[in-house]
Amino acid sequence: MRQQRNLEIAVGGFMALGLAALFILAMRVSNLTVLGTEKGYEVTARFQNIGGLKERSPVSVAGVRVGRVTGVDFDGKTYEAIVRMRLAARYDTLPKDTSASILTSGLLGEQYVGLDPGGDTTPLKNGDEIRLTQSALVLERFIGQFLYNKAQETDKK
Amino acid sequence: MIGDWFAARGRRVLEILVRLGRAHILLYYVLLALPSSVRLFREIVRQIHSVGVRSLVIIIVSGLFVGMVLSLQGYNTLVHFGATQSLGVLVALSLVRELGPVVSALLYGGRAGSALAAEIGLMKATEQLSGMEMMAVDPIERVVAPRFVAGVLAMPLLAAIFSAVGVLGGYFVAVGLLGLDEGAFWSQMQGKVDFHEDIGNGILKSVVFGFVSTWIALFQGYDAVPTAEGVSLATTRTVVHTALAVLALDFVLTALMFNKV
Repeated sequence: MRQQRNLEIAVGGFMALGLAALFILAMRVSNLTVLGTEKGYEVTARFQNIGGLKERSPVSVAGVRVGRVTGVDFDGKTYEAIVRMRLAARYDTLPKDTSASILTSGLLGEQYVGLDPGGDTTPLKNGDEIRLTQSALVLERFIGQFLYNKAQETDKK
Repeated sequence: MIGDWFAARGRRVLEILVRLGRAHILLYYVLLALPSSVRLFREIVRQIHSVGVRSLVIIIVSGLFVGMVLSLQGYNTLVHFGATQSLGVLVALSLVRELGPVVSALLYGGRAGSALAAEIGLMKATEQLSGMEMMAVDPIERVVAPRFVAGVLAMPLLAAIFSAVGVLGGYFVAVGLLGLDEGAFWSQMQGKVDFHEDIGNGILKSVVFGFVSTWIALFQGYDAVPTAEGVSLATTRTVVHTALAVLALDFVLTALMFNKV
């Protein structure tokens, strides 16, 4: 009987240890944050080129992450990309004329949406669209342009 | 004479197919017996102690050393690119996605799987299983199913413990031994390790591995030739088949889970 009880305590301890390990992995090792459960509001923005932006890419203002990209669609009529973002509810003071640009964190890092607040007094609400956008810099086009300009310079000489 | 040789090859293949079929039949009966074996809660607890608690020492020690080695070797390569701040990401992703589930499944197969196969094989050899049948006690419900449930429950926990201890070991080497920045280590890791994609898929893998390795161990024991030699063969077969199955399944699961990124 006593051996059975010790055994049960050991098994209970084992299960607790396993669940604690899982909890540590979830909280300390992964990116599980509160934003997933927090309420937020959705806004959209249209871009000519979104580059490497994908779902769950971060959305930041002044370097602080305020939301995530929830979905990317393609408009067949205007041939633009429509990016849907969810912003945290507590950041509800962004003006209506905020501009959105797709930037890269670091030189080769992941791409994110950077918001620059404008000067309007009315704030962004759920379902609004950000009008002023700047597409992603596609490195290949940059290099191509640079080489073309260089070639033109040497031609003139 | 050459014909005999070919006949022998054919016989081997047919034997393999027969064993495969018997393994699936056993799985079918075990799955059928699962609802009724739930009331054998005490037995399941005893089995979790046997396969889970008793494996803790090897899992924790191995996890610690694997994490430490990962950190050390990762540093040796990353330092060439000036990317040592990504060491935390490297260690955590390697462990959580691959090494945690796979290595703990291999260790589990070696330690718990071989014990299960030997135990059930011995029960068969000493005619305990047929004795139970004669007393109208279903040996599958009473002996095999609780061990199956215990294995499937214990495996993900062991994998999680392996990964967590490994990350800890990696942290000790990276920050303690190599002098990397503690904040960079953890914050980069927390940014790049996704709970659903990485940890979730790793746990899913370990559940599948637990299912398969426990199934292999139980079948080898149940189907063993009831002699000393037969039990020994069952034990070694368990370890080998578990290793092969886990590694092959790992590739398939990884291809399914991780290539869309």
